[in-house]
Formats: sequence, structure tokens, C-alpha cells
Amino acid sequence: MAKHETPLLDQLESGPWPSFVSDLKFQAEKRAKNEEGIEFQMPVDVVEDLLGILELSFKHGRTHWKHGGIVGVFGYGGGVIGRYCDQPKNFPGVEAFHTMRVNQPAGKYYKTDYLKQLCDLWDFRGSGITNMHGSTGDIILLGTTTKQLEEIFWTLTHDMNQDLGGSGSNLRTPSDCLGQSRCEYACYDTNALVYFLTNEYQDELHRPAFPYKFKFKLDGCPNCCVASIARSDMSFIGTWKDDIRIDQDAVNKYVENDPAYPANAGAYKGSKDWGPFDLEKEVLGLCPTKCMKFQNKKLFIDNANCTRCMHCINVMPRALKIGKETGCSILCGAKAPILDGAQMGSLLVPFIEVNPDNDYEAITEVIENIWDWWMEEGKNRERLGELIMRQGFQKLLEVTGIDPMPQHVAYPRTNPYIFWKEDEVPGGWERDVDEYRKHHQR
Amino acid sequence: MSDLLDNKEAAQEAVVEWLNKKAKTKSKFYIKDFYKIFPDDKPRMIKKVVNKMVEDGILEFWSSGSTTMYGLKGGGIQHSSEGEN
Ligand code: HEM
Ligand code: SF4
Ligand code: SF4
Repeated sequence: MAKHETPLLDQLESGPWPSFVSDLKFQAEKRAKNEEGIEFQMPVDVVEDLLGILELSFKHGRTHWKHGGIVGVFGYGGGVIGRYCDQPKNFPGVEAFHTMRVNQPAGKYYKTDYLKQLCDLWDFRGSGITNMHGSTGDIILLGTTTKQLEEIFWTLTHDMNQDLGGSGSNLRTPSDCLGQSRCEYACYDTNALVYFLTNEYQDELHRPAFPYKFKFKLDGCPNCCVASIARSDMSFIGTWKDDIRIDQDAVNKYVENDPAYPANAGAYKGSKDWGPFDLEKEVLGLCPTKCMKFQNKKLFIDNANCTRCMHCINVMPRALKIGKETGCSILCGAKAPILDGAQMGSLLVPFIEVNPDNDYEAITEVIENIWDWWMEEGKNRERLGELIMRQGFQKLLEVTGIDPMPQHVAYPRTNPYIFWKEDEVPGGWERDVDEYRKHHQR
Repeated sequence: MSDLLDNKEAAQEAVVEWLNKKAKTKSKFYIKDFYKIFPDDKPRMIKKVVNKMVEDGILEFWSSGSTTMYGLKGGGIQHSSEGEN
């Protein structure tokens, strides 16, 4: 018998979808039975009270969580998000219900015994409810009390070789796709770079440094599996400089509808009858820059006009491969709509080398120039993308020392005014009047 | 780095004094507010000094989860209030 009646939540269990309400009820029951004899450090009915207060919030149409708090572990200014409820008498189990963000491993690789260890820790010292993974990419441990925080932190760092992630005005936990560890499309080793950035910027990750949150996300190629272009202040998207590699024999196998060469590597097979593969319609016709042609059984790509969108490679992976001269593009300023509207990242560096041998020097230089500018000029709670809108993309180019180039232009100019700076004009603002008068009368 | 920021005691004193002056009207501040105390210094250096004061137990963080603010330890808004002190 449930502790609280939850008719509104029960509704969320109807319909064909998996329901978090069912999961919570399962967990509530598991804690009540406690067949493993765990010495719970949180009230045994924490999950029942969580369901109860959620039901009440639905009933009242407003939240019963207080906003923010002062909790954390010693030496860190992030990784713990303090949450308290404002109905502790009725729901004592969730009086304090803090969230811990735990830095997920690069590429989100786990061993099962690690996951067991994590669950054991959270059953013991928390509510047992996790979110794998949160929108930030972290392992999210939901619901514990202030007293447990240091204990959990000790176990994570000492027994599990695991650190907390970022929150608040910190660098947030860098997040990546699995990259070259599994994926043939990867143009650089995302796991290595994410690991490097996480270590290099430990201070920024664990202690507030900025006007607001700052996120790095890394995609190995323009397929953008972690959607870095939409979800991070600085997005690192793998790309290449030279030509797409073409295996002409394999192209013809696709054209001949050879069953060993299914379009899209067979990804859409069985969903419906797509008919025979049509190179003209499905590849050439969908190339965004129309830079491909197929003549006399030969595929041509005008690589200077290819935007590296990945479409043709995705459709014919056995015939086409990314180039050999690989690196990444850096885009800046993506954000969700909080102050201004949502924004996608804007291309800042079309191609940059990703070089572990010099500690990714080219990349850290761009990062640190941007931080210096944003820390100096950014208003409180202003994201990088908003600062770029306020002071202009041109300003971003100035502070990073990057010259404007055609790839920076999203659409033709709408502003008819051009203001030159003195150092951009030969001779500056000073002029020699005598010299002038030689050619111009008074 | 300015002489003021370079001198740990003097820098900490300046921060506490500034916060005490503001205490009547406000108890939580953004990192940017501290830039005013050290007009000649780089934000990155100021951040290091202020964060150290949290570690030393003089200041404390307050976080909504998405932003972080600073205040004198034990002063002003705690988790029980909604900005009404
Ligand atoms: C049509 C309805 C909804 C849509 C389309 C939607 C969509 C989304 C999306 C796209 C995300 C980001 C997921 C990610 O990147 O990991 C998200 C996150 C989230 N949504 Fe919703 N949502 C809906 C309804 C709701 C409702 C009803 C609730 C709460 C009762 C809710 C609570 C949340 C929370 C708490 C997160 C953040 C989770 C985290 O940090 O991992 N959403 N939602
Ligand atoms: S973003 Fe590209 S490299 Fe990374 S997993 Fe996806 S397809 Fe592979
Ligand atoms: S990657 Fe995209 S833009 Fe380049 S040739 Fe293929 S479809 Fe065209």
C-alpha cells in the first residue's frame, strides 16, 4: 500500500510509453522490502515522499522545491545542487533532496562492476534514484542529505577513482561522443581531448570562475551525435581538409543494388519498402551544395564546394570515407532560451589541428582568449552566445585574433555601415596638411 | 597583479569590508561584483582569491544549480528564504 495516494501521477503510467512513475514506485517498494538489508542513510520512504510531493505539486500547479542552497563538498564550488522541499512535515523523506553531478567517463564507457558499485553507494547513502545521464552528460545521483555529501565524495574519489562534475558558474563537465574508439567517421580522438580538457581545466570545473555556466562538447564528425552544435558554448566538431576518399567500385555496387551494399548501412531496412536505391535522388540530389556528379560510372566530388555535411558518407559508407587530413571546427555560442532566444553555435574556426603532442596548444589558445573576454565583458548570467550577440561576432574575431573569412558569413550583410579602426587605415587618422595642400586648393 | 590582490590579508580584508558595507541591502554577490574592489586585476586572479576565501571559511557559495553567488559565511539568505532575508 502506497504511503501517499497519487491519482494524478498514476495517469502518467497509462499509454504505451515507459513511465518514470512506474520506476519510482518500483524503487519505493524495493526500499520498503530491503531484501539486501542495506543500512539506509536516507529515510526508507524517501521515494514515497518524492511521489507524494510531486503529486501535490501537480495538484497545486506549483513547485514545492525551494530554490538553491549552500551545499557542497570541501574545496569544491560545484557538483552538488542543493534542493530542499517546503513541505517537510508532510514529506520528511525529501526535506533535503540534493542532486550530485558525477563526471561521466569519456565516451560513457562503463564496466558492469563499476555500475554496481555506483548503485550500491547510492542505495546506501542516497535515494537510489539515478539519471543516466542528465542533459549535461553527467551521471546524476538524485536525492541525498547534506550529511552524506562528504562521505559520498570520499568513496567516489578514493574507492571508485571518480570525480564530481560541474554546476553553477563553473565549467561544466566536458562531454563527447565515443569517437575513434568505435566509430569509423571520427576525425579526431574525442575521448583523448575530453580527458585532456577535463584535467587541464580542473580549477574552472570545480570552482566558479565565470559570469554563468560554460560548456564544452565534442563530436568526432559533423553527424554531431552529442549535438554539440546546439548544446555547448564551445563545440568541437571533427572535420577534414582534403578530399573525401572514393572507392569507385563500391559506388557502383551501391548503384547496382548489390545486397552486400545496403544504403545507409541498412539502417532503415524493414521500416518500409524504400524501393531500389537511387544514387541520383538519394545522394546527389540531397547534397546540400550540389557538388557531386556521376558520369560514366564514375563519381566526382567538387571538394572545394563540399561542406562536409556527412550525408553522402552516411548513405554509402562502404564507398566513401572522410579525408585523411583531419582536425576539428570550433563553433561558439549555442544556448537554450533563458535570457534571449535559443541559439545554435556560430562557426569561429573552420579547421584547427587536434594535436595531443603539443597539448592541443592551438585549441587551448582559442579557449583562453574567449574566457578572458567573457570574464571581463560578460554581464552576470550572460552566456557567451549572448555576449557575441551584444558586442558582435567581429569582436569575437578580434579577441581571438582570427581573421574574418568567407566561412564566417551566414548571410549577406544587412548593416550598411562600416566603421574602420585607426590601425586598419593606411596612415591612420593623422594627415600632413601641407602635403594635402599641394594637390587641393583652399 | 596589483599590490592589494597580491597581499592575501589585505585583499581578504578589502573583500570583507566591502561585503559588510553592502550587508544592509544585499547578502549575495556575483563574482563580477568583486571586480570593483580590484579594478586593476584580471578576473582570473580575482576569482582565485575569492574562491580561496570560501575554502578558508570566510565566505560561502550560494548556488541555484545554474549560477553561483558569494556571501559572508552564515550571512543573509540561507536555503530557507526566498529573497526575503
Ligand atoms: C511534450 C513534453 C516534453 C518534451 C518534448 C520534453 C523534452 C525534453 C528534452 C528534449 C529534454 C532534454 C533531454 C536531454 O538532453 O537529456 C528534457 C529534459 C528534461 N525534462 Fe522534459 N520534456 C517534456 C515534458 C516534461 C515534463 C512533463 C517534465 C516534468 C514533469 C519534464 C522534465 C524534464 C527534466 C527534469 C529534464 C532534465 C533532465 C536532466 O537533467 O537530465 N519534461 N525534456
Ligand atoms: S559524432 Fe561522428 S564520430 Fe562521433 S559517434 Fe557520431 S558519427 Fe561517430
Ligand atoms: S559531404 Fe555533404 S556536401 Fe560534401 S559531397 Fe557529401 S553530401 Fe555533398
